[in-house]
Amino acid sequence: MARLPVSEAQLIAQYGPHLHYEPPGGWQASSTAERLVKTHCCFCGVQCGIQLKVRNEQVIGFEPWEEFPVNQGKLCPKGVKRYLQNNHPDRLLSPLIRTDAGFRQASWDEAVTRVVDSIRRIQSTSGKDAFAVLSGASLTNEKAYLMGKFARVALGTANIDYNGRLCMVAAGMVNKMAFGIDRAANPWSDIPLADCIFVTGSNIGECFPILTDYVWRARDNGARLIVVDPRMTPVARTADLFLPVRPGRDSALMNGILHVLIARDWIDHDFIAAHTVGFAAVQAAVTDCTPQHTAEITGVPAASIIRAAELWAEAQNSMLLHARGIEHHSKGVENVLSCINLVLATGRIGRPGCGYGTITGQGNGQGGREHGQRCNQLPGGRDIENPHHRQEIAALWNLDEAELPHTGLSAVEIIDAINAGTIKGLLSISFNPLVSLPDAARTRAALEKLEFYVAIDVFLSETARHADVVLAGSLQEEDEGTVTTGEGRVVRIRQAVRPPAKARTDWQIVIDVAQRLGKGEFFPYAEPEELFRELCRASAGAPVDYAGLTYQRLEQNHGIFWPCPSPQHPGTLRLFTGGSFAHADGKARFHPISYRPPAEDVDAEYPVILTSGRVVSQYLSGTQTRRIGPLVDQYPGPQVEIHPQLAAKLAVKTGDLVRVESRRDALTLPALVVRTIRPDTIFIPYHWPGEQSANRLTIRALDPLAKIPEFKVCAVRLSKVTDCGLDGQRKSQAEADWGWEKQG
Amino acid sequence: MEFFIDPSRCIGCQGCVHACAECDSHRGISMIHLDFVDRSSSPQTTPTVCMHCIDPTCARVCPADAIKQTADGIVQSALQPRCIGCSNCVLACPFGVPRYIPKIDQMMKCDMCYDRTAVGLKPMCATVCPSGALYYGPREAIEKNRRAHPINTFTFGRQVVKTKVNFMAGSTVEELEIDVANFMEGAGEQERREDT
Repeated sequence: MARLPVSEAQLIAQYGPHLHYEPPGGWQASSTAERLVKTHCCFCGVQCGIQLKVRNEQVIGFEPWEEFPVNQGKLCPKGVKRYLQNNHPDRLLSPLIRTDAGFRQASWDEAVTRVVDSIRRIQSTSGKDAFAVLSGASLTNEKAYLMGKFARVALGTANIDYNGRLCMVAAGMVNKMAFGIDRAANPWSDIPLADCIFVTGSNIGECFPILTDYVWRARDNGARLIVVDPRMTPVARTADLFLPVRPGRDSALMNGILHVLIARDWIDHDFIAAHTVGFAAVQAAVTDCTPQHTAEITGVPAASIIRAAELWAEAQNSMLLHARGIEHHSKGVENVLSCINLVLATGRIGRPGCGYGTITGQGNGQGGREHGQRCNQLPGGRDIENPHHRQEIAALWNLDEAELPHTGLSAVEIIDAINAGTIKGLLSISFNPLVSLPDAARTRAALEKLEFYVAIDVFLSETARHADVVLAGSLQEEDEGTVTTGEGRVVRIRQAVRPPAKARTDWQIVIDVAQRLGKGEFFPYAEPEELFRELCRASAGAPVDYAGLTYQRLEQNHGIFWPCPSPQHPGTLRLFTGGSFAHADGKARFHPISYRPPAEDVDAEYPVILTSGRVVSQYLSGTQTRRIGPLVDQYPGPQVEIHPQLAAKLAVKTGDLVRVESRRDALTLPALVVRTIRPDTIFIPYHWPGEQSANRLTIRALDPLAKIPEFKVCAVRLSKVTDCGLDGQRKSQAEADWGWEKQG
Repeated sequence: MEFFIDPSRCIGCQGCVHACAECDSHRGISMIHLDFVDRSSSPQTTPTVCMHCIDPTCARVCPADAIKQTADGIVQSALQPRCIGCSNCVLACPFGVPRYIPKIDQMMKCDMCYDRTAVGLKPMCATVCPSGALYYGPREAIEKNRRAHPINTFTFGRQVVKTKVNFMAGSTVEELEIDVANFMEGAGEQERREDT
């Protein structure tokens, strides 16, 4: 029973989100730091270096860290204002236990005892797998490793998955399929060296702002820029070639470009013969993908498809970069494979300034997917169904191999299993599925059905409001550890301050639960560095090899790129040099892709495509960034981006409220009429809950292999809202937020 | 070291605006701003910092003689004992930079982070700017590394303004015409008022 204990309004009044604007003591207080802590921003996979200013054991601001080579002091607004998540009035300061009147503060002993008793009760009556864990990709490597081990060893459940399932999982799976290893092939420093930059499904300027400078430097050096996106993003604005693809048609577009390259014999026969397997099948698969045929499917002109092939072919060195735009699909794996087919067919990988990569979105999007918190994975990127891999990890963990659970359910499937009644208990950490999973009504129904739910978090997220017990954990800057950035660089996260009041570090909480479950002998860690040493040992000889890394080496070298198999090894800046891939035969794999439509295409009833994404001032489900005042002011709430042609049919202008309805649910939001989106598509950013939640509309369709949801395309219908009442109030609020009346 | 603005690189993230408010000399108040040029048709944005005119219009129109330039050409916020809060400077600045702050009844403006540059640091906005749209560094570096080239002469109608801060423009552009009047018949025959 995990319905909200009291009304949402009461919970918000007490636990927020409230907006926080000023450092401790206000702007008048001294800004002189007692110490500067060199660490990294917590808000995306770039992991910009930043120095946190600490005074009186509080984070009071930041100072750019210009020596860190990736960003050289640069920061986006999230990095600049991140320090306002510290000393926040909404911060959870002690364990909470739900009551009929909301939540009450509890001692750690009482709270953890309640958790352990509930785990035991559920598992003894319904089996080990009836208790699930939902973990996060914003956690450090140490915590990601700990959560995987905690689930398999302390809980003995197969059902642990993480919110990277909503993020990088399609690209990660494809990396293993095509290359035998899951990491971006090139460091970002290769971007400025390329002659052609091909960006598909990545709003770099808003989601990875610091990488914009890398793209601009490539352009300064004369590189051509191709951008594929249904919206004209800040980077697409400057592209030599802009391909405004109809959402859900990405693999068709890549097939079409590859068709032209093959037809004109602009492929690298020597590379294909020496370093790859399976080209013939791909060639056959794209035979019919003529520019005209591709244009009909994708909505991109045939001439532009040919021009893309020309620009790609003219280059000596190229970088193909993508992100969630092509991955958030029921065919995310196929979309990514279609990109890799293009890269391999032209031999454009494994050289300075020449390669390929997905840009990971979450703070530890790369490391979070390596160390065993995925439902089908063991540490070191090992496969949980590989007998040899199971033996290795069982031996390291002092277990019998048979005790190690097998593949569990993925994130969305866990929600489905809760709804079906087979999963009855849940522990979540750093995950806000009520906002971030598709079809939010279904997620809410699952939360209300749980027999017991414990959340470890720093703020009472929309999901944590449903918890029976909330354990006050730690922010990134309140703990030691490491993360692995989107380019495969393992960097050090430093503890700037201790968790406030009775809050504790996440790993201490998890170990406490493990100990009380009688599994303490498996979790003998006194500090994060001991966890790191064990995860490095666990990765030795595995696909993801950290064996040669130490905290000291990471600190001395501004991070080190894995694989790093020994203490003397300098790390691996670039993968696949000389065309050597990580499959046993050293060759990369082609995979033939035949385009298929999205799970829910438009029709007469729901004629418009909805695509979702991010804005620069918010991070993921907004648990942190919707509490930081200046970031909220910058983009106060979701707007529906609508092209003037579509807006004219609806008689809608900027600021009008529109009702957007899908087969799941409906939302009423203000319109932003812009020529920067396809006329057949609308865009809504997804960072908000409740009445503003884009994920109430999105579809729960999953990629059959990666189980990533199709956030980027579903069918909706729109209508203008003309009546007053509640919507009239919301319109007034939206007008005040956005200042339309001032704009005239 | 010089300051260069290149709006063609701007991604509209507002990192500069937020970072400005973290500067010690005006904590909590940003002295710079960022605008969409026309959001309905483009995501193009442009950041505005003080251009530090060689002969600053804001100082010329100040009835209280409150706006001073340092020897190295930085135009400072209005001097507190002199500023009468009249907002002449706010209205007169051709770039829209000075701000009247009602709470202190005084004009404040971007001083290119005098506190930071004085100790060898870059201005806060140019340090954090993710896209290099705001850049502080040696002229040789920007001329070598970028295709656009720096100019510092602007014509507003008949007023010609030269600035310490540079604006990146196309390779054939030597000065920027801001006023439609500059493009109208007879514009070349009018007397240009050189302010420098």
